[in-house]
Amino acid sequence: MWRDTVLVAGKDLRIELRSRVVLHQVVPVAVLVLLLFAFALGPERATTVHAAAGVFWVAVLFATVLAVQRSFAVEGGDGAHEALRLWGLDPAGVFLGKAAAVAVQLLVLEVVLTVGVVWLYGAHVHAVLPVLVAAAAGTAGLAAAGTLYGALAVGLRVRETLLPFLLLPVVAPVVVAGTRAWQVALGTGSGSVWDPWVVLLVVFAAVYLAVGVVLFGQLQESP
Amino acid sequence: MTTAAQAPLTDPVVGAEAGHALGDWPRPWSRRTTWIVRGIGVAAAASVVATVWLGLWVTPPDQTQHDLVRLVYLHPPIAWVALYLAFGVAAVASALWLWPRTRSAFWDRLAVSSVEVGTVFTALTLVTGSLWGRPTWGVWWAWDARLTSTALLLVMLLGYLALRRVPSDPDARARRCAVVALVAAVDVPIVHFSVNWWRTLHQNATVLNADLAPTIHGSMAWTLLLGFVSMTLVFAWLLAVRYRVEALAEHRRLSELDAALEERRAEGRTGTNPWGDAS
Repeated sequence: MWRDTVLVAGKDLRIELRSRVVLHQVVPVAVLVLLLFAFALGPERATTVHAAAGVFWVAVLFATVLAVQRSFAVEGGDGAHEALRLWGLDPAGVFLGKAAAVAVQLLVLEVVLTVGVVWLYGAHVHAVLPVLVAAAAGTAGLAAAGTLYGALAVGLRVRETLLPFLLLPVVAPVVVAGTRAWQVALGTGSGSVWDPWVVLLVVFAAVYLAVGVVLFGQLQESP
Repeated sequence: MTTAAQAPLTDPVVGAEAGHALGDWPRPWSRRTTWIVRGIGVAAAASVVATVWLGLWVTPPDQTQHDLVRLVYLHPPIAWVALYLAFGVAAVASALWLWPRTRSAFWDRLAVSSVEVGTVFTALTLVTGSLWGRPTWGVWWAWDARLTSTALLLVMLLGYLALRRVPSDPDARARRCAVVALVAAVDVPIVHFSVNWWRTLHQNATVLNADLAPTIHGSMAWTLLLGFVSMTLVFAWLLAVRYRVEALAEHRRLSELDAALEERRAEGRTGTNPWGDAS
C-alpha cells in the first residue's frame, strides 16, 4: 500500500511540476480571493486583521475544490483512469497517493496565502507552532475528503458543478476549527488552540483518511 | 440472438406479482405488507389529529412562552425524525448496500426514500425552528449551533438528491449515493461538535436530558410523547409510499426498455427499416 502511495503521489506531483497548472492557475485564484474579501470587508486595518484567519481558510477551501478537480482531470484523457485501475495498484494506496499529492500542493499554496494575509491583511503570527500544526492537520483533512469526493464525481458529466456542492458542506468543520485555531495563534481570538480546535482538525483528518482507505476501492469499481 | 438476451429486463422483485390482483399494476411487496402500510397510514393520520387536538385545545399555555409553547409538540418530534431517524435509516441502508453480502436494490431504494423524506423533515425543522425563534430570540435566524448544523445537513441531503438525479448506470449511481450517505453520516457528529463549540444559545434538550428526568409534566408531557409517536408514524408511512414510487419508477423504466427492444426485434423479423431504404 505505501509503495503504491509513493508511486501515485510521485506521478501526480511530476505531472504538476511539468504542467504547473496548480501553481500558475490555482494559486493566483486563491490570492485573488484575498483581494476580493478585502474589497468586501473594507480597507480598515482592524477589520482585515480580525478577518485574516477566516479568509485564509475560505481561500484554502476554494483552492481545494480546484486542486481536486485538477487531480482527477489529469486522469480524464487517454483512458488513464482505466489504466490506473488495471495496474493492479492497491486502491487504498491510490487514494493516499492522490490525497498526499493534493496536500503537498495545498501546503505550497498555504505558504503563499500566509505571506498574503501577513502582507495584505496586516496579520501578525504570535505563535508559530499552532499555525503550522493547524495548517497541516486541516490540509490533511481537506485533501482526504476532497480526494474521496473527487473520485466519486469521476465520469459524471456534471462533476464541475456537483463537486463543490457535495464537498463544501462536508468540510465546513475544517473552516470552523481552522479559523478558530488561527485566530488564537494570530492574536485575534481567545481560548486554547489545541483543545478543541486542533484536536478537531486531527480527528477530521483521521476519520476521512480512514473512510477513504476503506471506501476508495468501491468507487474505483464503478464505471 | 440468445434466449438470455431476450429475457425481460424487468426486476423480478417488482415484476413477480404483476397482474396478480390489480390488472397490470405491479406491487413492490406482498399483499400483507400492503395492509400493514395502510394500517400505518391510518394510525399516522389518527395520531396527528390527536396531537393537534391535545396540543391546541387540551394542554394549558406556558407561563413564560404562553401559546408559543405549543410548538414544542411539533418542532422536536420533526427534528427527531429528520436528524436521527431518517439519517439513521439512510446510513444503515447505504452501508448494507455497500456490504457485498447484503447488496440488493431494496437497500438502495430504501436509502433514497429515507433521504428524500428526511429532506422534507429537515426543511420543516428549520422552518418551525425559525418561526419559534422570531418571537423568543427576536430574530428569524440566529447563528445557533443546532440551527447551523441542521442547515449544513440540509445542504448535504440536497447534494445527495442532486447526485441521485445525475443520469448514470443504476449500479454506479447506487454506489456513489451510498458512499455520499455514509460520508455525510460520519460528518454529522463532527459538524455537530464543531458548530457546538463555535457557538450555542439553544435551550438544552428538555425530555432526553442527561438524567432522563423530564422537566415538563402532566398533559404536556403526554402530548409531546404523542407528537413523537405521530411524527415517527408519518415518517414510516411516507417512507413506505416513497419506496413504492421508486420501485414502480424502476419497473416502468425497465418495462419501457423491454417494449423498445421488442419493437426493434419485430422490425428485424418483418424486415421493415425505420430509416427507409437509405442503402
